[in-house]
Amino acid sequence: MNEMSNKWIGARTIRPDGADKVTGRATYSADNTMPGMIWGKMLRSPHAHARIRSIDTSKAEALPGVKAVVTAKDVVDFPLDKSVMLGIQDMRWMCRNVMAREKALFHGHPVAAVAAVSEEVAAAACALIEVDYEVLPHAIEIEDAIKPDAPILHEWNQFEGKPSNITGTMVLKAGDVEKGFAEADLVVERTFTTRPVHQGYIEPHACTVSHAADGRVTIWSSSQGQFMVRAMTSLLTGIPQSNIRAIPAEIGGGFGAKTIVYLEPVAVLLSRKSGRPVKIVMTRDEVQRATGPAPGSLMTVKIGAKKDGTLVAAQGTFYLQAGGLPGSPLRGPVGCSFAAYAIPNVLSTGYDVVSNRSKVAAYRAPGAPHGAFATESVLDEIAEKLGLDPLDMRVRNSAKPGDKAIYGPNFGDVTFVETIDAIRKHPHYKAPLDKNPRPGVKRGRGVASGFWYNAGGESSVQVNITEDGNVVVTTGHPDVGGSRASIANVVAELIGIEHSHVNVIIGDTQTIGFSNLTGGSRVTFASAMVATASCEKVIGQLKDRAAKIWKIDAEAVKWEDGMALPAGDNAGKFPPLSLKELAAKANEMGGPIGTQVQLNTTGADPGFATHCVDVEVDVDLGIVRVLRYTAAQDVGRALHPGYVEGQIQGGVVQGIGWALSEEYLYDRNGKVDNATFLDYRMPVCSDVPMIEPIMLEIPNSKHPQGVRGVGEAPIVPPLAAIANAVHDALGIRFTALPMSPPKVTERLEQG
Amino acid sequence: MSKTHVTTTINGEPMEFLTDASSSLLDVLRGPLGLTGTKEGCGTGDCGACSVTVDGRLMCSCLMLAVEAEGKSIGTIEGMAQGGQLHPLQQKFLEMAALQCGICTPGVLISARALLEKNPDPTEEEVRFGLAGNLCRCTGYDKIVRAVLETAADMREAAR
Repeated sequence: MNEMSNKWIGARTIRPDGADKVTGRATYSADNTMPGMIWGKMLRSPHAHARIRSIDTSKAEALPGVKAVVTAKDVVDFPLDKSVMLGIQDMRWMCRNVMAREKALFHGHPVAAVAAVSEEVAAAACALIEVDYEVLPHAIEIEDAIKPDAPILHEWNQFEGKPSNITGTMVLKAGDVEKGFAEADLVVERTFTTRPVHQGYIEPHACTVSHAADGRVTIWSSSQGQFMVRAMTSLLTGIPQSNIRAIPAEIGGGFGAKTIVYLEPVAVLLSRKSGRPVKIVMTRDEVQRATGPAPGSLMTVKIGAKKDGTLVAAQGTFYLQAGGLPGSPLRGPVGCSFAAYAIPNVLSTGYDVVSNRSKVAAYRAPGAPHGAFATESVLDEIAEKLGLDPLDMRVRNSAKPGDKAIYGPNFGDVTFVETIDAIRKHPHYKAPLDKNPRPGVKRGRGVASGFWYNAGGESSVQVNITEDGNVVVTTGHPDVGGSRASIANVVAELIGIEHSHVNVIIGDTQTIGFSNLTGGSRVTFASAMVATASCEKVIGQLKDRAAKIWKIDAEAVKWEDGMALPAGDNAGKFPPLSLKELAAKANEMGGPIGTQVQLNTTGADPGFATHCVDVEVDVDLGIVRVLRYTAAQDVGRALHPGYVEGQIQGGVVQGIGWALSEEYLYDRNGKVDNATFLDYRMPVCSDVPMIEPIMLEIPNSKHPQGVRGVGEAPIVPPLAAIANAVHDALGIRFTALPMSPPKVTERLEQG
Repeated sequence: MSKTHVTTTINGEPMEFLTDASSSLLDVLRGPLGLTGTKEGCGTGDCGACSVTVDGRLMCSCLMLAVEAEGKSIGTIEGMAQGGQLHPLQQKFLEMAALQCGICTPGVLISARALLEKNPDPTEEEVRFGLAGNLCRCTGYDKIVRAVLETAADMREAAR
């Protein structure tokens, strides 16, 4: 490796996919067409909860221009009594999510799909499908779904011996919490709620597929994993994976929600039936109604502390709102909420609750922001009551290297205190804050921390030397925020050539080896590790070639600055051979130069973050504005600092939306009332200030460049940090999100 | 259904198309004209991904009927770079990592260009309000705002 020069690692290079993206040439999922293509459209349930007695598609099929109609009968069934897992997804739920089977479980749940010569004809055909529904009582909120007389979504599900909407539990324990609370000088217990929030990617789900006459399928769609698209489509259609080529389009945001499929298997079935390529594009209304938000939550957190701030016991009970089918990310709040702290006695319990809303999907650090909102708010209250600085108290209680984490393993590096120190030393935390700047306005400052597991897993990377001596790198990971730029930096550094001579592309399922999802903050970690192994192999090949040409041992050749040099006793005996020269001689000296490395990567140490925020509250209008935001995180090594900062800034602003403005509104019939970007209020440019990232680069010793996952930890602290700042401003502790103007004025009026 | 013949100018080139009365300008740009650089994020004028200019004025092309393009001059992202030379905003966005997934980027760039044409020396607040109609979910806006402010400064310098 070329540690000395370090020309490209850490450089703010221009991303390989950049020019296409600023000129409108990059092709996203809805930008593709195929010859002879027709259009697909979903018929969606108008009811929040209904049994499907029968579906009559004959009138739709008879409409001129209609080429195919499919229902759940056409989708491979996964019977309820046998779980079939694909990663963390249970195919019993996925098959029912892409097409309602026994029941429609939420307003917008697909019940049939049509392919026709135009979108208009497809929509007209949907209106002709006759579905006989038995409308059932519905439950939207967690509180309604866990009441003793709640409408039961899945009659086969039992909890504690009775039919229930609680479809799963998770418990983590350490020590004895009762004993711990008995030893505490102060115990604070509070109940919190958060609302489901949508990931809010600007690109609606879309796909174009072709099922050819020989049974071979091509899928063009954007996702966080083309291999996931292939596997799920295979399972839901019965077509073998070898016959499905899933081509990753550029992805217009995913944030976790594009780790499952909604459209691709249905489009394949329509294409198989019609014999034509089929394109389906969701409207924004469909995205908001029927694709996965992050769950809402109902949480109780109780923490006991000694007078000096030492935490002695913590108990958390986390109910997460799964939507119509099971699968809340319980490991988020249950595992992450207390993980950063060395607390001897912990009991952390999660419940997966189904209700008549769209099935949840992953959203950036799934479940962790919820738990941190509760835990970090309670810690703030404890520090206040004990008269301690909230950051000092966190330092006192930080987990140490070697401690057993609540979720199982012993910690390697723990860089939590470094993130706290970075905030303590930052001018922001020390700056005076005028808490009453003008009449009707209050200001406050809050801090909070966050933890995320990070992840390794399977990645494949090809490195090929072109005949003219440049480098093409192929990875198997959709690039959601600049990973190609980071990998280009690593490969340019290791091979020792100009960054502009390295091109990084994303392979499709039939051209690159299996690579797991882009998610869990794993891609830059894993693919840089595998790209490094690939480069080492390629450099080995290049040294072999040079050794052959010079007729010396390969061990007597070194690789430096893109050239083979004779080393040791042979130093200086031969003129260096450049990559270009070796590439030109490749065929006569043994054939093409290149390799593919496939690894199941490990060593992704967890991510820690500490944030500080100043807010201003208009006490008449209830508007909370973020004035200043500073976010410290251990990023290990920033391969491309611009995109690392971008992850932190973007995650924080998503957290600001979650804290202050985003929520779904449902009407009395259980229908989503705000399925537009006007009414589902995500932060716009004028809502937020600059977000100052502090990148701490403490190398991860288990990674060749020191990388740690970055993308998820930044969304964990903001909810609590902002709530703590609002408390500092108003003296009111908000335990329910969002802190939107009507909710804030309501609390202010209560006094 | 009979179609309407529309004669218009797109990125300085004369253009003719046939359209249904109900089609939006966005539908025609992305469909028959093949100009898919303009994106559809919402179809209700709330996200700005479909931003274009119409006789120099910033518009959401999803909110404008295609027939209304008659006799107008439309500017899309495909016309922003001149002869292979990126517009200074495009270049600055690349240099400053002001895009992540890139789906909002064409709309943001069209809006930012319209803003700087009206106001070559905007404050941070003016940039933030000028771009308030363009949702970006990836970047948190920080690098976008900085890139627009830096481009404005460069363009003022170059114009001296």
